[in-house]
Amino acid sequence: MSSTHREIPGTIFFDGPMSTKGYPLNKMCYSFNNADAREAFKADEAGYCDKFGLTEAQKEAILKRDLNELLRLGGSVYYLAKFAGLLGLNMQDIGGMQTGRTKEEFQAYLDSQGRGKNNG
Amino acid sequence: MAKVIGGITTSHIPAIGIAMDKGLEDTPYWKDFFAGYPPVREWLNEQQPDIAIVFYNDHGLEMFLDKKPTFALGCAPMYENADEGWGIATIPPVTGETELSWHIANELIENDFDPTICQDIKVDHGLTVPLSIMYPGHNYKHLKVIPVCINCERYPMPKPSRCFALGQAIGRAVESFAGNQKVVVFGTGGLSHQLDGERAGIINSDFDLECMDKLVSDPEALTKYSNDDLVEIAGAQGVELNMWLAMRGCLLGNVKEVHRNYVAPISNTGAGLQLLLND
Repeated sequence: MSSTHREIPGTIFFDGPMSTKGYPLNKMCYSFNNADAREAFKADEAGYCDKFGLTEAQKEAILKRDLNELLRLGGSVYYLAKFAGLLGLNMQDIGGMQTGRTKEEFQAYLDSQGRGKNNG
Repeated sequence: MAKVIGGITTSHIPAIGIAMDKGLEDTPYWKDFFAGYPPVREWLNEQQPDIAIVFYNDHGLEMFLDKKPTFALGCAPMYENADEGWGIATIPPVTGETELSWHIANELIENDFDPTICQDIKVDHGLTVPLSIMYPGHNYKHLKVIPVCINCERYPMPKPSRCFALGQAIGRAVESFAGNQKVVVFGTGGLSHQLDGERAGIINSDFDLECMDKLVSDPEALTKYSNDDLVEIAGAQGVELNMWLAMRGCLLGNVKEVHRNYVAPISNTGAGLQLLLND
């Protein structure tokens, strides 16, 4: 947690120090805008991480798809979303992964807060 | 003088673009969301605005952490969209604008806002999804778009009060522009949502609806919130309310809401839609 922001459980403010910490990780995930980069990553995940200079901890979290750890290690959700996209995961998939729920349980949590939907 | 005829708020999440690509508008999940849009499309079609100023945030297509403007203003004749890495289809180029946009640049700097001026940027779903949903079939070529990008990703990010003031400065710039252009302003994104971390999935519909009310009648009340407040009340990406506030700032006349829709959850968000007239 950053000292300059309010303590909000389950929330990491992506600020300057986190951005410094996460720069290589985020730069790698930013590269996934490019289809060739996505293929290169899939062909050799660890090697691709090394190319961007990820720390061992960041690399391990990438290989384990540990999104909460990636956030703690400076990942920005904007680029982690591209990593998720590469893995074929959508926002409800990663919502479940981060909150210890199945995708269906996560969807039910979203639905429990819903409003204005008469269909579906 | 050019005139801001009205403002529109809308969600900009990629899932909307994907749903449109797949033709899912009438499915149970999406029906109530898409049902809100025809009155806004009809208004745009009747009014035929010449220019749209679109407040959006870039999610890592053009603006990476290496050079990330707090505020950026597009002054280009054309904007392209590109692969964002997760399967949303790229849309045809967006027509830009190079006269009012430079006037806005001059006026902003004269009034102590110092945006990054951009002559060649790609625009991401934050801008393209709203255009796609307002103009089905990507029939937006006739509309000249001025992108205004606000950092909603990395702290420090601009305060809600500052985003509102930016909008006011842009609204005054439009009104001082010699011409008879009709301008519509878009506030995109929101409303409550959090994508990241153990708190992912929070939606606050009561707060969203209160924001929509206040946006019409008392936007200054919303400028009292800090970004930390918004994160606490509306989730980490609840700060996208800043684009709605910037839009609202542009409306300097008497503001009347003529249409609204709110549906949650749409993907992980509370999805709001408003059409505001500026007399």
